[in-house]
Amino acid sequence: MANAALSTPGIPMQPRGLEKKQTWLERLRKGDEVVHLITLSGAWSIIVITGLLVQHLWVYSAIARHTFGWRFLFTSTWDPVNGLFGAWPFVYGTIVTSILALVIAIPIGLGTAIFLAELAPRKISDALTFLVELLAAVPSVIYGLVGIFLLIPILTTAMPYFQKVFGWLPIFSGTFYGVSYFSAAVILAIMVVPFIVSISREVLLAVPVSQREAMMALGATKWDVTWRAVVPYARQGIMGSIFLALARALGETMAVTMVIGNVAQVSTSLLAPGYTIAAVIANEFTEATGDLYLHALIELGLVLFAVTMIINALARLLMLTMRGHEVTG
Amino acid sequence: MKTLMKPFDLSQLSKAHEVRFAGSEGMEEQLPWPQFTVADLNFFYGRQQALKNINLIVPNKRVTAFIGPSGCGKTTLLRTFNRMNETIPGTRVEGSIRLAEKDLFSVPATTLRRVVGMVFQKPTPFPKSIFDNVAYGLHLEHRLRRTEIADKVEQSLRRAALWDEVKDKLNQSANGISGGQQQRLCIARALAVDPEVLLLDEPCSALDPISTAKIEDLLFELKKFCTIIIVTHNMLQAARVADYVGFFLSGELIELNRSKQIFQNPEKQETQDYITGRFG
Amino acid sequence: MIVSRSSSNSPSYPPRSRKIINYIMLSLTGLCTLLVVSVLLTILVYLLWNGVHALNLNFFTKLPAPVGQSGGGVSNAIIGTLKLLALASAIGVPIGLLGGIYLSEFAGGWSAFTVRYTTDLLNGVPSVVMGIFVYTLVVLPMHHFSTLAGGIALGIMMIPIALRSTEDFLRAVPRSLREGGLALGASKSETIFTIVIPAAIYGIITGIMLDVARVAGETAPLLFTAFGNQFNSPGWLQPTASLPVVIYNYAISPYDEWHQQAWAAGFVLLSGLLVVSIIARLILARGKKLSHG
Repeated sequence: MANAALSTPGIPMQPRGLEKKQTWLERLRKGDEVVHLITLSGAWSIIVITGLLVQHLWVYSAIARHTFGWRFLFTSTWDPVNGLFGAWPFVYGTIVTSILALVIAIPIGLGTAIFLAELAPRKISDALTFLVELLAAVPSVIYGLVGIFLLIPILTTAMPYFQKVFGWLPIFSGTFYGVSYFSAAVILAIMVVPFIVSISREVLLAVPVSQREAMMALGATKWDVTWRAVVPYARQGIMGSIFLALARALGETMAVTMVIGNVAQVSTSLLAPGYTIAAVIANEFTEATGDLYLHALIELGLVLFAVTMIINALARLLMLTMRGHEVTG
Repeated sequence: MKTLMKPFDLSQLSKAHEVRFAGSEGMEEQLPWPQFTVADLNFFYGRQQALKNINLIVPNKRVTAFIGPSGCGKTTLLRTFNRMNETIPGTRVEGSIRLAEKDLFSVPATTLRRVVGMVFQKPTPFPKSIFDNVAYGLHLEHRLRRTEIADKVEQSLRRAALWDEVKDKLNQSANGISGGQQQRLCIARALAVDPEVLLLDEPCSALDPISTAKIEDLLFELKKFCTIIIVTHNMLQAARVADYVGFFLSGELIELNRSKQIFQNPEKQETQDYITGRFG
Repeated sequence: MIVSRSSSNSPSYPPRSRKIINYIMLSLTGLCTLLVVSVLLTILVYLLWNGVHALNLNFFTKLPAPVGQSGGGVSNAIIGTLKLLALASAIGVPIGLLGGIYLSEFAGGWSAFTVRYTTDLLNGVPSVVMGIFVYTLVVLPMHHFSTLAGGIALGIMMIPIALRSTEDFLRAVPRSLREGGLALGASKSETIFTIVIPAAIYGIITGIMLDVARVAGETAPLLFTAFGNQFNSPGWLQPTASLPVVIYNYAISPYDEWHQQAWAAGFVLLSGLLVVSIIARLILARGKKLSHG
């Protein structure tokens, strides 16, 4: 059997199988270029969509941009009837609610992340993290519903006692009607805490054991190790999670619209009703009569888009350097 | 090293062949014709050169083993024979390889790989049934009838000495059988398309001794219809299964000769050092 | 000398004050966790409680009752949401799949970077801005709100997550499997479609299901694309009701019957989302089990 090949005197010109010609159908089926092109077109349609988005926001805000210029952002009169559009109350409201939400959410979220990463047994930690991540998936309109019917009654009940102590501060002065910057900020805080917890926990868990052991060997307490070795090591990732939370808070629409009161005014007191950029778009967009009004609202969308894009980019950059840090360090 | 001459023509091939393999024992049998003829082969991963000026002939219907310490280029050379290296970005190959008479780089890679089959270090069963694993290559090209495919699958599994173990569970997932069986399944899968050559890249390194013995036995049967090239870091395995052995060091072919010659009376000092365990 | 002095000054290390700080701070983190978990549980329980109480069969089968009358349901909104999601998937899933395959199998260099970066960018666009975009893109040229516009808005929002999860799961397929296919003479595209994608299919399906669940609750982009409708919306070119928008409109209304309906709608929406998420995770677990024998 084996000698059959051996006794053949000549060398075959080519092995069997190589002489076959491919039909055009086979070539098409094997055609990596075709598949490459089709998937490429899918991928690039994202770039086209994003480009269209930017272009549409720009073109459809042209009238407002030309009429008001940068004044648009910093004047306070929002008077659709007389065609005067100044967006400062919304910008102010957006900034105030988002910052306040972060002030509430960061310590609580970080504390929870530290507990889940450093103290809790792994199984409990995983179960609680699953719950927290499930809540990140709850739609914002449902948070708004809970805000109206659960949070606002609670806050209204508690507020007189709170004001007895802190009412002398200008930011806690005035009558509390329930709908307010403060209510919006609390709802936002509840909504962004899951982000901070789940990302920060990941980052903390990724800190190498050597970092902890080095401090531990110096006789440090558990808290010293956590606060002086683990958290500083993970700070870029934590900052990244905070920026993501901020971007989410700035763009959040429904829950805020439902509890902020929707009054276009600028108040020092956090207990007064206010307005945000996203909320005014949601409320007035379908009733915007006239091109100037519509363009003013779309310009607000453009502003929101630009700001969230910048913050998201910063967050990604932080996460990216964090990853690089891990690899090299 | 440069015992092989170029340009290649038939008379020189067989002459070179003689020089290479006659050794001290002389011409006691009719020599097989060359399956692969490699001339002045250089291979680069980016800037790093992995193969340096390789010249060799792989005889047909024999088992040829490539040995050498890790990183010596033996696997890279093996993957050049079915052009698998082309799938890694940033690689570059210079020189010529002939498969029998045919320039290896003139045929489409997909056609070539059906003629030159390959089995990898770790078993790579597809997440499909055992039957579909073996039939995978058949489905790619031919429009075979159902019964023909079933026959071919059975034949391939028998050749890979796996049929008796899996004939009752052909429709079960290939992930469910043992590692040794998975590796023989991969061999059956490669055999199903009737390859001329079978490349084995350390096929037993992830297996237990019993599975290894089964695969080694298999090679004696397979070389009746296939040229086999096996890369191994296990010298005993090379001595057991190979008719010819090539020793590589730092991307160079140090010596290629009959197995007996290599292990009993190597020509080069480096080979001597390696097989007696002085390095690597 | 030095050793004896320090040991006499502080017989135990760490000092007492630091130990106290340790306990205080550690208990504070525990309190934070307790607070977060209890707030979240309160929300869930409150929603379930109110939702179950407001639910009845009419809710699923009847159209909304006129203001002031009790009874009625939101059958139109349930159908509307399902239609919107079907359309959104028809847009978002193919583009996400193709883009994911491209990023995982073909892309390299600047093209991969651009696509990946733009995808992240698109993912960060506030949903209300997406609503504006689709309004100018679809509603303005067509002169009226429609299921089509709402579906397009949700579909675009689906793309980034569908794409990145597909890419991640395809990347997780080991290189050895691809080489196994290539070594049998399969072309790259044959390997992708007959080996790589089947190996990753459970993960890909999970990612898409979670993605659908995510956009199912989006409200802001629907406000000025799908708008709303008191009745069933025939075809694809009329405004349509949807569960999230119904929740919003009813919640801010002054009528108690509508508040009840909002709770019921919230309950239905959320349980739908949770069931889909849990099924998706089960599918992933099953896929993992299969591929490990």
